This record gives sequence, C-alpha cells and structure tokens, in this order.
Amino acid sequence: MRKLRVVIAKPGLDGHDRGAKVIARALRDAGMEVIYTGLRQTPEMIANAALQEDADVVGLSILSGAHNHIAPKLMELLKAKGLDDVLVLVGGIIPQVDIPRLEAIGVKGVFLPGTPMHEIVDFINANVRTSRG
Amino acid sequence: MPVSMKTAAGGGKARWERETLGPALGRSPERAAGFSTVSGRPIQRLYTAEDLAGIDDVRDIGDPGAFPYTRGIHATGYLGKLWTMRQFAGFGTPEETNQRYKGLLAAGGTGLSVAFDLPTLMGRDPDHPLSLGEVGKCGVNVASLADMETLFGGIPVGEVTTSMTINSPAAMIFAMYLVVAERQGAGWQALSGTIQNDILKEFIAQKEFIFPPRPSMRLITDLFAFCAHAAPRWNTISVSGYHIREAGATALQELAFTLRDGLEYVQWGVEAGLAVDDFVPRMSFFFNAHSDFFEEIAKYRAARKLWAEAMRDRFGARSERSWKLRFHSQTAGVSLTAQQPYNNVVRTALQALSAVLGGTNSLHTNSLDEALALPTEAAATLALRTQQIIAHESGVASAIDPLGGSYFVERLTRDMEEEALAYFRRIDGMGGMVAAIERGFPQREIAESAYRFQQAFERREKVMVGVNAFVQPGEPPIETLYIDETAEARQLAKLEALRTRRSGDAVARSLDRLRRAAGGTANLMEPILDAVRAYATVGEMCDALREVWGEYEEAPTI
Repeated sequence: MRKLRVVIAKPGLDGHDRGAKVIARALRDAGMEVIYTGLRQTPEMIANAALQEDADVVGLSILSGAHNHIAPKLMELLKAKGLDDVLVLVGGIIPQVDIPRLEAIGVKGVFLPGTPMHEIVDFINANVRTSRG
Repeated sequence: MPVSMKTAAGGGKARWERETLGPALGRSPERAAGFSTVSGRPIQRLYTAEDLAGIDDVRDIGDPGAFPYTRGIHATGYLGKLWTMRQFAGFGTPEETNQRYKGLLAAGGTGLSVAFDLPTLMGRDPDHPLSLGEVGKCGVNVASLADMETLFGGIPVGEVTTSMTINSPAAMIFAMYLVVAERQGAGWQALSGTIQNDILKEFIAQKEFIFPPRPSMRLITDLFAFCAHAAPRWNTISVSGYHIREAGATALQELAFTLRDGLEYVQWGVEAGLAVDDFVPRMSFFFNAHSDFFEEIAKYRAARKLWAEAMRDRFGARSERSWKLRFHSQTAGVSLTAQQPYNNVVRTALQALSAVLGGTNSLHTNSLDEALALPTEAAATLALRTQQIIAHESGVASAIDPLGGSYFVERLTRDMEEEALAYFRRIDGMGGMVAAIERGFPQREIAESAYRFQQAFERREKVMVGVNAFVQPGEPPIETLYIDETAEARQLAKLEALRTRRSGDAVARSLDRLRRAAGGTANLMEPILDAVRAYATVGEMCDALREVWGEYEEAPTI
C-alpha cells in the first residue's frame, strides 16, 4: 500500500517553526511521507504543493492569528484544483470562537498547543480518504 | 575558607550512601530510576561539599559586583534597585497600544516594551499582499514615523526607558524613535532603552530575517558605531536566547548559542574598526526563564562568568562595563498551556522567581492566557502583580544572591559553563557563528532537542500538569482578547493618507541615497534617519535594501 502523503506548510509571515517541524518528524516516524514546504508560503504555493505532491493531507501551522484569511483562501484554491478530498488540518494558536468557522469551510481538524502527536496521527488515519492515489 | 579545604574535611558522601541512604532505599525505593532537568540534564540525588571540587570560592564564585560577576553585577544586588518590571505589549493600531502603555505605567510598570506585528517585523507595509490578515495581530503595526509619533504620544521618551523587539528592520525603527525624541525635545545623549537588533538568533530560531546574514551583520555594526557617540546610553543590542529556547533548545544550548552570538557581534564590531570598550558596554542580553528552577538559576550565573572572562581574556576589554553581562528575562511562553490556563499563573511565578534568584536586571512575566491569545488587560496586570509580590512580599530580594554557595547551584553553574565552552570550541572550529548558521548547525541541534522533548512528553517522562497528567475534561473557556480586522483597515487608511500627504520627491531622493549607501561602505544610520524624516515607510526602506542585498531564504529541513 502506498504511504500517506502529507504536506506540512507554514503560511504567512511568521517564522515560529518548532511545531511544524516536530509534527513533520512525528508523522514521518509514524510511517507517512512528509513534505515540509518551509517558511512564508502563500495559499497559492501550498495548493500547488498539494497538487504536485499528490497530497492526502495538508497541515497548516499558524500561530500569528492570520488563519481567518489563509485557511478560506487555501480551501477555495484546493477546490478549484479538484482537491476537495484532501484532508486539511490546522495546528497552532487558534481562538475558540474561530474553530467552528474553520470547520464550516472544510478544515477537518484544529489542534491547539499541547496536543499529543499520536492524537494527530490517529486523527489522520481515521479521517483520510484512502481512495486517493 | 577555600572550598577545597571543606572537601578534604568532608568526604562523607560515599559513606552516607552506604550507611544511611542504602537502608532507606531498601525500605522505600525512589520514584524513578533517575532524575533529570526539563532539558534532560541528569541530576544527582544529593550534592555535597565534595561536588565543589575544582570550584574556587574566589576565582569562580567571587563577590557581587566583582569579576567574574557570578554572584551578580551589582555590589548591592537588589538592595539598591530592584529589577525593572518591563511588560512586553503591543497589538492593533498605535492608538490602541498607546492606551495600553499609559495603563501599564499608571499600574506601576517601570519601563515600556514594544511588541510589533509581523508585517513590521518583516519589513512589509500593511498594504503588501503578504501582510494580509497579519496587521496588528501579534503586536502593534508601525508603518512610518507617523505611527511612531502616535505610539509615543503623551509619553515622554526622555523619561521612560523603552525596549523595542525588532531585528531585521531594527535600524529603521530605532531611527523613528530617535526622531520622535528629537521632536519631543528629548536629547539623544540621555535616551535610554534597548533595541533587540539580534539577527543571529533570527537565523537560528525565530526566522524573522529579511536580508542575508552578512549584510544583516553590517546593519548591526553600523548601529553600534552610530550609538557609541550619538546615543551612548542606548542598549544597541539584546543578544537573545529567549527565542532559541522557545524553539526547543535545552538550557545549555540557549546559554551556549546566545553567548557565542554575543562573541560573534563583538568580533564583527572589532573587524568593523570599533574599539571593544566603546561598544561592548552597551550590549545587553535576553534569556528565557523556563520551568526547571535550579538549572535556570545556574544558567544566568554561568552566563555572567562566561561573558566576563571572554571579554577580558578573549577580546582584551579593559572596562568593567564591558565585562558585566546585563540581562532581561521573560518567562517561558512555551511552558504555558491552553488547558487549565490558571495554572499558568503559578508556572510564571516560579519561573520569574528563578530569574530573580539568578540576578535578572529586568523581567517580563507572561500572562495566563497567552497560549490562547494576546493577553487581556486584566491578565497583563496580574502578570505584573506577580513580579511585585516576588519583589515586595517574598523576601528573596533582601539578601544578595541568596543561593550562592549552594552545592547544587554552584555545581550546575560550573558544569553549564564548561559545557558551553565546549560548544564555543565547536563553533569556533566552524569559523564562527555566521559560518555555523550557514551550515545549519545550531538550527539542527535545536530541532533535535525539540523533538527529544516532545517524545519525552509523549512518554510522560516529562509531565505538563493539565496536559499529559491531571487532565480535567469539560473546562469552561476563559475570556480572551480578540483582535478583530478593523486594525488592518485603519492602518491601511492611514497609510494611504500618508502617501498623499508627504512629499513623494523627498521620499524618492532619500530612498535613492539609502540604496547607494547600501552598495557602499558608509554608515547606514544617517541615510535611514533621512528617509524616516521624509516619512518613508518601513516597507519602502526595506525594499530599497532588498534591491541591493537580496533576500535570505532558508532551505526547508525537518
């Protein structure tokens, strides 16, 4: 069986990449193929990476408060590229009031500081559309 | 009495283990097979006079206010002057943040500390596409001198001390502050405060870089040279371990990389033609106050000794002011939890106490809600009160360096010092810190430590109360500060008005001059001051330099 392919992206101007790097390593150790985009990715760059890498999962690490701008734009672009079935997750500092908004636009999981890595691994395994690829 | 005498007279640890500990362990075993700090440093069960072997009372520990300053840089400790209680704050527009500052000063805060938003930190104007959604979110947006004038409106900059946390565009923001002072009638000679201006830790950890390392270093040494005469009481840099630690470094790595960054700046300053004692006295440091109480205290004490010895012996500094490491500290943001957020008050109090026992010169205490959002005013006030309770109720500020001579603290101090020196030798071997960064060495070391901690946390070898132990389901949410999108709209409108109001010609001329200076070798502060006075924006000034120097891109590695 093909390994799950995960794009971990760090959008926006923020450079705090500890969380992005730790989750990338944890998913790799859990047997997934992880592509880390590096810093300062626009929604366009992330959607292109998802397409080119044939991603099953896109994980966004956002701590700066810009999620309400970045996530909707990315969801739109993924849809336009026919990638609506990619599992999109957001990790970082997200105010409680914004979580239902993100879920309403199709973000499947929002993970706050302190989430154990295995919880994210389990979430991906339970929710990813295995029909892809 | 020298320590070695005590050691010779003691020597009973082995006997204690045999005769007293052994039977006790037989009755009730220890909680774990071994104990270690939050950084994974193994800790012995007991420290005695024997552990002071090789540590000299006079040479290594010394006296407060005297070389090598292990026990503090002030002969009077906190008996003369307490540490500065400096709370980092900034959000939204300059108007809103100005109000918060006035509130902090009224509540007894003794210094200001400006948090800028990401567009400002990254040298982008609010109308740049990359600024979308980021304006005013993590700090205050300052696009031009006009915003700086608003930020300090009604605050006499000649009478307060101000710290500004900004790095890549530090020279531009500092120039704005100088012009604000000028227009308030405050002389630059007496101006007091700190600009972070530490680009090396950006490449290492926080990643808010714009230009490549070498031209970035020039901006810094230009600021050193300019301030030596124009603003001699200003701290020209705050060499920062804070962000290195937050990115996952151990306490030792924070200590070693930060001090080695400091040495790198001194080296570059000397190579730029500056005399050590002309600029080193204005260098300051910034450390994290993390959760492992004694390891943190040892870290601060080792830092002072390492710096004093390096300045005297490696760089031949003759002035005591060059030998004294002054530092700010901030409690560990990364230790705060979104779960059971009131627990964060207790964490912060303990971390702050370690910074005080380690001799911090100024301190920021985090607010209980910062794993969720920027702090509310009530939470920020409670954080300040935490410092005031330590200062005025706990009694710890009544005797100088009260933990000096502790077997445990002195052993840890010495071990961390020696291990930091080993890191210095490795980095020297690579050709210095800029070269080590270009090879990705400190970045890899930190990522490795971050992952190791995460694994220890997941295995519950490291406990975070409320997160992987003592979890409490169904907690009610607490009230947090919500930064809405109106700050962005207001900043955009003001910027548009500014662009029509100012002289486009004057701006273009000043930016041309800046571009030419960047291509040459003259000090960049004067052209930057010119551009600031013409109301050129942060984005325009940084773009001028981007055209000449290019932008730095980091190769993504996991």
